[in-house]
Amino acid sequence: MCRIGAIKSKNYIHPSKALTLMRSMQKGHDNSGFAMVMQDLGGRFANYKELPILSMACTDEGTKIAEDILHDVGFSRIMQWNPDINPQPDLDIEPMPDYIFQVLHYPKSYKYAPQEEKEELLVETRLRIREALEKTDDGYIYSLWPDVLTLKEIGDPTDIGTYFNLWEENEDFTARIITAQCRQNTNYDIVRYAAHQFFLQGYTALANGENTFYEKNKNIQQSLYKGYLGFESDSQCFLYTLHYIHKMLKWPLSYYKHTITPLPFEAAQNREDAEILRNIRAALGNLEINGPNTIIGVLPDGTLFNTCDAKKLRPVVVGHTADTAVIASEVTGLNEILPERDWTTDIYTNERETVVITNDLEVQRLQQ
Amino acid sequence: MKVNKISRDDLDWKIAYRPDRCTLCGKCVAACPFKSIEVGVEKRRKVISDHFTPEPKIEFKTIPVIRQKVNEYEFCSGCGICERVCPNEAINPERNSDSRLGAKYRATVADPYKRGGRANLSTGERTLDKIRVGRISQMTDPSLDALRHTFDMLAPFGRVLPAGEMPFDIQNGKLVMNDAPPKVNWIYPIVIGDMSIGALSWRMWEAMAIATAYLNEECGIPIRMCSGEGGVPVRLLKSKYLKYTILQIASGHFGWNRIINAMPYMQELPAGVLIKIGQGAKPGDGGLLQAKKVAPHISEIRGVPKADLLSPPNHQGLYSIEESVQKMFLSFNAAFKFQVPVSIKVAASSTSVSVYNNLLRDPYNIVGGFFMDGINGGTGAANEISLDHTGHPIVSKLRDCYNAAVHQGKQGQIPLWAGGGLGQNWNLAADAFKMMALGANGVFTGKLMLQLAGCVGNDKGKCNACNTGLCPVGICTQNPALVKRLDIDKAAEHIVNYFISTDYELKKMLAPIGNSSLPVGRSDCLIYEDKAVADRLNIQYSC
Repeated sequence: MCRIGAIKSKNYIHPSKALTLMRSMQKGHDNSGFAMVMQDLGGRFANYKELPILSMACTDEGTKIAEDILHDVGFSRIMQWNPDINPQPDLDIEPMPDYIFQVLHYPKSYKYAPQEEKEELLVETRLRIREALEKTDDGYIYSLWPDVLTLKEIGDPTDIGTYFNLWEENEDFTARIITAQCRQNTNYDIVRYAAHQFFLQGYTALANGENTFYEKNKNIQQSLYKGYLGFESDSQCFLYTLHYIHKMLKWPLSYYKHTITPLPFEAAQNREDAEILRNIRAALGNLEINGPNTIIGVLPDGTLFNTCDAKKLRPVVVGHTADTAVIASEVTGLNEILPERDWTTDIYTNERETVVITNDLEVQRLQQ
Repeated sequence: MKVNKISRDDLDWKIAYRPDRCTLCGKCVAACPFKSIEVGVEKRRKVISDHFTPEPKIEFKTIPVIRQKVNEYEFCSGCGICERVCPNEAINPERNSDSRLGAKYRATVADPYKRGGRANLSTGERTLDKIRVGRISQMTDPSLDALRHTFDMLAPFGRVLPAGEMPFDIQNGKLVMNDAPPKVNWIYPIVIGDMSIGALSWRMWEAMAIATAYLNEECGIPIRMCSGEGGVPVRLLKSKYLKYTILQIASGHFGWNRIINAMPYMQELPAGVLIKIGQGAKPGDGGLLQAKKVAPHISEIRGVPKADLLSPPNHQGLYSIEESVQKMFLSFNAAFKFQVPVSIKVAASSTSVSVYNNLLRDPYNIVGGFFMDGINGGTGAANEISLDHTGHPIVSKLRDCYNAAVHQGKQGQIPLWAGGGLGQNWNLAADAFKMMALGANGVFTGKLMLQLAGCVGNDKGKCNACNTGLCPVGICTQNPALVKRLDIDKAAEHIVNYFISTDYELKKMLAPIGNSSLPVGRSDCLIYEDKAVADRLNIQYSC
C-alpha cells in the first residue's frame, strides 16, 4: 500500500514538511519515488498567481521541443527557475537531465480572452508538448497551470530530497498546499506519468489503493473530455471523475461521493433526494469505482478533501491545528509534523463521508 | 417390398418395446399425444414340448402388443412420455442415428419441416462455457463474502440520459429536479420472457406470472416477466401485479385491443413495453400459431378467429429505424403518458451494430432498451430451416454493440439486454454474469423456464414438438387434457427456487472479483483459452 499525504496551511510551507510527513510513514515500496504538487505558491512564485507555470522533467532536446511549441502557440517566458541540484554518488535517484519550472505569459491574442478559453489553451498546449515528448522519449510534462508546481522523481524520497536540496527549509520555494506521495507504480513498469498525483486544470488527486473499475471508468472517460488520457494508472480515473463532476457538470463536491460510491438502492430509496440519486446512478454508473482506496483531492479554489471507497478498506486520518490541516495515511505522519495538535479531534474518514478542508481551515464532514 | 415407403428405420426415434415386461396396462398408448404408438396384435410362432421327453410341437398364437406407427404424420418425437408412464420399464424411444426423416418428410409432404425448440445442428461446446472469470481479487483488493456482503443487483430498464442532459438545477448547494427525465425502472438483471399465451398453455403462462409475483413479493428478487405477444388476462391487467409485467407488442398486435380497453382500469402501470421486431430462434420467419392451438380462450384473449395466426416478420408500416423510433416508440410512450419505458427487441444480426448506433443517436430520448436475441433462443413453432440455418450467435454481437456504444461514449444510455440460449447448460447465473461483463446491462431467458416447468425437449432433436399443439407435458398446447398434466404450483415453485439459487450464484460470481454491484462492462475479469475468440471479444487470452 502506498502512503499519501497532504498539507494545507494558512502560512506558506516548505516541501521539507511534506518529506518529513511522508518519511515517517514509509514502509515497503514507499521508498520508490517522490512526487509532490505545490499549489497556492509563495516565495519566488508569489507574484505570478495569474500566470501559467510549466513543470517538466526532460532532456535538453525535450526542453527545445517544449520551447518551440510554446513559442509557436505564442507563450512568452517571464521567469524560469531550475532547482539547485546536489548530485552525490550514493544517492538512490534516477534523475532526468533537466527540471524546468517556467512562468509564462499567455499569447497576446488571449489578452482579453475569457477564462475558459485560456484554460482550454493550457490543456491543449500541454497535450501537444506531451505528445511531442513521447514521440522521441525526451521527457515528461506534468502541469501547465497558474500557481501550480509539480515534481515527480524515481528513487528514495530522502535521497530525492537531498538531490533537490529540499531538506533545507527556505522561504524561496513554498506553497500553502502540498500533496505528496512516495511510491512509483511498482505493479508494472515504472512510468513517471503513472505516479500520483494526477493533475488537470487546477484539480489534483492522489490515492492509495486500487480501482478495479478501471476499464469501465476508462471506457467512458476517454470520450468525455480531451484531457482525459494517458490512463497509465487506474487512479487517474479518480481525478477525471472529479474534474468531470465538479468542473464539467459544475455539480457541488458532495456529488463526487454519490457518483463514485453510490448509496445502495435500498438506502437511497427512502431519502428526499432519492430521484436525484437514482438519476445520477443511471447516468454515471460507468464512473462508479470499486476496490480499496482512499482519495485526497484538491480543487482549483484550494479546497482540500478526502474520501474513501464504500467498504473503507484503506486507512486515512485528518488532523488539524488553527493554521494547518494535514491528511495522511497513518497517524505517525501527523504526529511528526503536527505534534501540538489536539489528537482527539483527528478524523478517521468513514466510508460514507467526504472530509473537506476549506481555505479558512474549517473542517467539514459531509455525510453521504 | 415397397422401397419408397417410409419405414421404421427412416424415423428419428424407434420405439424399443419389451413385451415380456409389458402388462398391457395401456398407459403408454393413452399418454402418447402424437398417437405414435398403438395397440396391435402380432402372430407368434412357438415350439413347445409338454412331454417329459422332447416331442416338439409348433404353436401359433396371436398376442396383443404395443406398436410404433410408421408414417410422416404420427412419427415418434422421442419425448419419452411412454417411458415415464410405464410402470414396468417395458417401453422407451431410442434415437435412430440412421434417420432419414428430414428427406422422407419433405419428399412426401412437399412442405417445409416445422418444429419447435432451438437450433439443433450445433450443440457442441458453447463460447460462454469457455469464458472463465480469471481475475480473482486477493490481497490488496479482497474478495467479498457472498453470504454476508450486501450486493446491489438492479439494472436500468428505460432511456438513460447522459449526466449533462439530466434536468438538474442547483439550489443551495444541492441538485434538484427541474423537469422529468425519461422513465427508468430499476429491475433485476434477468427478465423472463417473452412467450405468449397461445404459444404456451394458459397454465404455463400463469405459472410464470405467479412465480414472478412471488419472487417480487416474497423473495425480494425484483424480476420482471415479458408477456409475449398474445394478450394478457384482463384479471392481471387490472391487478396490482401488472407492475411486474412487461407488455409486448409484435407485428400481429394480438391482444392489444384488450390491453387498451383495460387501461382506464389499471391500478398499476406495466413495468415496460417491449416492441418485438424479431427473435433469435427464427429471424425473418415471423410468428406462427397454428389454428389447432387457437382454442376458444386464445381467440378471445387475442381478439381473433380460429385460424392460423401469423405474426409477420415485418411490422406493417415500419420501414426504417427512424420510422420505428417516431411511430411506435412515440405512440407507446404517449399511450402511457411517458411513464412506462418502451424498448425494442431484435434478432441478433450482422447488422445489429448499425441499428444500435442509430438508436443511440435517438434524438427523442424515448428508446428505453435494446433487447438482442441470439440464434440459440427457443421458439414454439418455426420452419426447421430457420431454426437451424438462420440467426447470429449472441456473444460476439452483444460485445460488438457494447463496443459501438463505447466508441460513441454512450454506453448505458440505451440499456443492452441479451438473450438466446442463456442457461442452456442449466446455469443461468454464470451466463448472465459473463454477458454483463461483456457489456450487457441485463439478460433475458425463456426456454429455460419451460424446462424448469417440465419440458422434456432438448437441443438434440428430442421432442421439439411445440408446433404441433400436442405438447406432452401441457406447456405448449391448448388441449385441455394435455394442459391438465402441468401442475401450475409445482411449475411456479421450480421457477422460484431456480431464481433463488441463481441470485445466490450471481453473488458467488460477484464476490471473487470484489464487486458489490453488477459487473457491467467488466470484461477485464474474463479470460478465454482460444486466442481467436479472445481477440474477437477483446478479453484476455489465457492458456
